[in-house]
Amino acid sequence: MHLDDLTGVSREEARRWRRVALVLILIAGLGGPGQTVDAAQPAEQSVPDGFVPMDDVPAEEQLPAAPLLAAAYIVVWVLAIGYLWTIWRRLGSVEKELAEALRRVGETDGA
Amino acid sequence: MNRRLFPWLIGLSLVFFVVAPILIVRAPLEQEMGLIQKIFYFHFSAWMAMYLGICILGISSALFLFRRKPAADRLAVSAAEAAIVFGLMGLITGPIWAVKSWGVWWNWDARTTIALILELILVAYLILRTYGGPGSDRLAAGLGMFAMANLPFLYVSTNIWRTIHPPTSVVPTLPVDFGIPLWWSFAGFIVLCLALLTARVRLEEQRATLDRLYLALEDE
Repeated sequence: MHLDDLTGVSREEARRWRRVALVLILIAGLGGPGQTVDAAQPAEQSVPDGFVPMDDVPAEEQLPAAPLLAAAYIVVWVLAIGYLWTIWRRLGSVEKELAEALRRVGETDGA
Repeated sequence: MNRRLFPWLIGLSLVFFVVAPILIVRAPLEQEMGLIQKIFYFHFSAWMAMYLGICILGISSALFLFRRKPAADRLAVSAAEAAIVFGLMGLITGPIWAVKSWGVWWNWDARTTIALILELILVAYLILRTYGGPGSDRLAAGLGMFAMANLPFLYVSTNIWRTIHPPTSVVPTLPVDFGIPLWWSFAGFIVLCLALLTARVRLEEQRATLDRLYLALEDE
């Protein structure tokens, strides 16, 4: 006994249904999932390839200006006062050495 | 250099620096940058003081090289050191401003890069003076003149090359409210530069006196 006789579907008809099923599987496999994702996410929210710059940074993510401004002014003051202090220190050292040298010259002249 | 000049200059610069923050706080906020723009008053002034130091370095280096004036050499080395300090102020305050305004600490644009190179030339000048041995003063004088030759490039760099820095036309066209704290700070930095220069030259003069004394002692 042949299978066609049991189901009542001819061989030609079964082949046609197989083709239809194959086409539907192909459509579902290729286009189906894409359409599903596209439908789930709006077009403007598509996943970007890399980092995308933002025009307006939210306030909570912005660097505070006041500490940076204070830091800049402190740096200037520290450098100015620090440099003046190094000059004063070097000058003190040289003048001490100078006084010593003058004393030695005086001793030499006296001798 | 007149040693009695120093107290007057340092006192005057102190007056400028005490009043400057008051004027800066009262100055209006800039529309685009807001509060961080107030760095500009010290940043610009520090660069101008560096310009002054480099001009003095270049001219006194030329005087020493061509006229052999030891006093000019002492002034040159003092000016180089002061210019390094003011350049450092500009190089530190600039990135602090940039990280807020541009979103980056450092940007290799023409002005920033030339400023850094100029600072390195000044450091090279001092290293040469310190470790160069005999004759290094004349070599350093050539380097000092070369540093001054770079100044015009630094100044016009924002007009010639594409750069993120604003062009040189910004400062002359500043509204009065921004201009008053700027020129006050500018005057303060120039007077401070002259005060530091006076003290530094005094140090060089004392060193020269000490060298002469040691030579006299050796002769005896």
